[in-house]
Amino acid sequence: MHIKPILSALRKHRLATLLIALEIALACAVLCNACFLIVHRIEMMQIDSGVEEASLGTIQIDGYEDNQATDLNARILTGLRSIPGVQSVTQLNSIPFGRRRGTMGVMRDVDGKTRAGVVEMYLGGPGSFDALGLRLVAGRKPTVDEYQTFNDLLPHAAPVVTTRAFAEHVWPGEDPLGKFLYSGDWRYQVVGIVDHFTVPQPGGMTGVGSEWSVFVPGGSGRFLAGSYLIKAAPGDLERVMRQAKDSIATIAPDVVLDQDYSKSLGDLRHYYFRQDRTMAGILIGVIFALLLVTALGIVGLASFWVQQRRKQIGIRRAIGATRGDILHYFQTENFLIVTGGIALGMFMAYGLNLTLMHLYELPRLPLFYLPLGAAVLWGLGQLAVLGPAMRAAAVPPVVATRSV
Amino acid sequence: MFGYYLDLALRSLKRNKVLTALMVLAIAVGIGASMTTLTVLHLLSGDPLPGRSQHLFYAQVDGNPNPGDFKEPLDMLDYQSAMDLWSTHKADRQAILNTSDIKLRSPESKLPPLLLQMMSTHTDFFAMFDVPFQYGGPWTAQDDASRSRVVVISSDLNQKLFGGTNSVGKTLRLRDTDARIIGVLAPWRPSPVFYTVAGGRFSAGQTSGFYGKTQDVFVPFLSGLDINDGNFSQFTCWSSAPNPGHLINSPCVWLILWVQLNDSSKVAEYKRMLDGYAAAQHQLGRVARPQNTRLRDLMSWLDFNGVVPSDVRLQTWLAFAFLAICLFNTIGLLLAKFLRRAGEIGVRRALGATRGAIFAQCLVEAGVVGLVGGILGLFFTLGGLAVVRSQPVEFADLAHLDSSMFIITFALALLTSLLAGLLPAIRASRVAPGLQLKTL
Repeated sequence: MHIKPILSALRKHRLATLLIALEIALACAVLCNACFLIVHRIEMMQIDSGVEEASLGTIQIDGYEDNQATDLNARILTGLRSIPGVQSVTQLNSIPFGRRRGTMGVMRDVDGKTRAGVVEMYLGGPGSFDALGLRLVAGRKPTVDEYQTFNDLLPHAAPVVTTRAFAEHVWPGEDPLGKFLYSGDWRYQVVGIVDHFTVPQPGGMTGVGSEWSVFVPGGSGRFLAGSYLIKAAPGDLERVMRQAKDSIATIAPDVVLDQDYSKSLGDLRHYYFRQDRTMAGILIGVIFALLLVTALGIVGLASFWVQQRRKQIGIRRAIGATRGDILHYFQTENFLIVTGGIALGMFMAYGLNLTLMHLYELPRLPLFYLPLGAAVLWGLGQLAVLGPAMRAAAVPPVVATRSV
Repeated sequence: MFGYYLDLALRSLKRNKVLTALMVLAIAVGIGASMTTLTVLHLLSGDPLPGRSQHLFYAQVDGNPNPGDFKEPLDMLDYQSAMDLWSTHKADRQAILNTSDIKLRSPESKLPPLLLQMMSTHTDFFAMFDVPFQYGGPWTAQDDASRSRVVVISSDLNQKLFGGTNSVGKTLRLRDTDARIIGVLAPWRPSPVFYTVAGGRFSAGQTSGFYGKTQDVFVPFLSGLDINDGNFSQFTCWSSAPNPGHLINSPCVWLILWVQLNDSSKVAEYKRMLDGYAAAQHQLGRVARPQNTRLRDLMSWLDFNGVVPSDVRLQTWLAFAFLAICLFNTIGLLLAKFLRRAGEIGVRRALGATRGAIFAQCLVEAGVVGLVGGILGLFFTLGGLAVVRSQPVEFADLAHLDSSMFIITFALALLTSLLAGLLPAIRASRVAPGLQLKTL
């Protein structure tokens, strides 16, 4: 195929060519970044919570006095445990994808000079560590007698378990076991590391890692109340949760059940990511509309050019060009325009990504999105031009002998 | 002449219906997408108190006694700073604000106890923020001073407990305290709930929570501190609070102070007072960074908190990129369309039509496409907003087209199509008549 005659033909339609190329460039930039955003959102939504979500649910209650907490705990634990199908009921103050109750800054040193980060202190009662199903990768879990009674918001000293991600953030390249985290005069020694354990609201706080979680064992205490972790067989969980919610009214008629957050962890996750899901849906919609409009633009313009050149096509056919030649002519022409657009679009995609990185704390666009976007647009261009090109190929040579 | 051009435009558009439909559809979809997002952006970033917001200020001193490299003061005030500043009475109006969860029961209703957000604040709150009342009215400064057990409730709560009837004089049980209803608010939906906005800079752009409902229960500030002591939550603490939930004289910030200052000299004077207070407290060793005082007006404070959710801003960018693509598309198609009629234009030029006339004729055609696209785009916008309303976000119920956005939609449609028509029209008007006539 000779490219030169196509180029000189395009030169006669410089403006229209440029416009279509610009449209494709812009489409390329938006396409690459939108796809990247979608993947980013989906990755966020699929975060490994590190816990056995399918078999866990939570009951959240409020509206009781501190001095009632101990009595209330006893009543609720007994009451919920008597529901058939319940494997365990334990106390856990913060809940993955639920309410945050233990967000605080911790220090690396006792003087409080070097910040370790803002973490979620998951304060758990006896049995909660096992109920969560956290997977230890180093060290040990708290022993039964390490769940000590305390009076404050948290125990003042306790052996804790944290995540690999947070340990690597605080002590890069060092063995975290045996190290201390401090907050005021409170001290927590790291005795175990789990592979994953998400904070309640991953991605919801500036500068806080999604897995900066610390499990703190605690015995009874007035602040370890109101938040219960229920474990049941995955297939049975929905019924157990329904029954548990209903039973609160008889177990503790005076408290207020927090309907929004008393759910299975699966439902909480679904609810927590509702906006990301919406955004991903919008982005997919935008991509489709974008490709559609671009394709229609190509169809429209190509159809015009075919009509405009009917006579030339007829002449070419009359002097020996095959249908295939004509078809290829338009296909090649489209390929050249789209290629020009993509070349510009790559730079624009990169520039747009830089802007988004600056505005929305997004990571850098991985380079493989660019050839992917290019391939999609090339395919789209060829698909769009096929109809008009076939119509062009169908122009009979006899047209050349007629005047317009 | 315009009528003639319109006639020509319609004829020309009718000649190629599919293409016309494509152009109209492209513009309509572009307009629909960008106006939907722009409307949402407009609703979320607008001034919640037009005409007054410039007189309202969010007062900040840095109560943290620990040295550190914090460039901004903490987002709220500790108890002592808030009370000291309030007691100066240097502002035209002023109110300390605190929200806490409270258990509420109504002796007259069979409903189980509710857990609701309670606003503890001073009487100026209502006048300062232009809060509408349905029944009764706000409490007095005397009630503030004497810690009266009176309460103002939201229209929603009044609906829920009393079926919307006048409930003034009835009693509600707030935790363990009986309080008399003295006022019921008319429906009130500030966007955002601007007076409690704080900490937006730490929220990683997920700020749609600022657009939720207002509190349901309003009580005098000191009454609220009495009633709900032990259930307060701090914004943050610089060291661990000895008695969680009891925040008076704790090392925590948890209170908001809004002041109304009616002219610029008062603003300057108030800022001097803030600086003086911080300096004096620095002398006493209570404040580490006396220079860290702020007095932002309402809109600057909302700006500082980045109240518009980043997803909404992202959607707006996307929609406009999309509109640009639609625009390029339409320009390309119009260009091809006009130039295909080069022969016809040549004849008109040869018969005496000026370049301007050709230009005007092409522009009218582009304008018709834009107008039809705009009308269709308006329906798409309405549809888009209906979709937004069905989303599970706090601001969903706000998404309605107001008159200003209605007008902007049409202006945008017309502007877009004229912009799209401009270049092709210029090119068409440059067609040399001689050349075209020869080829006929």
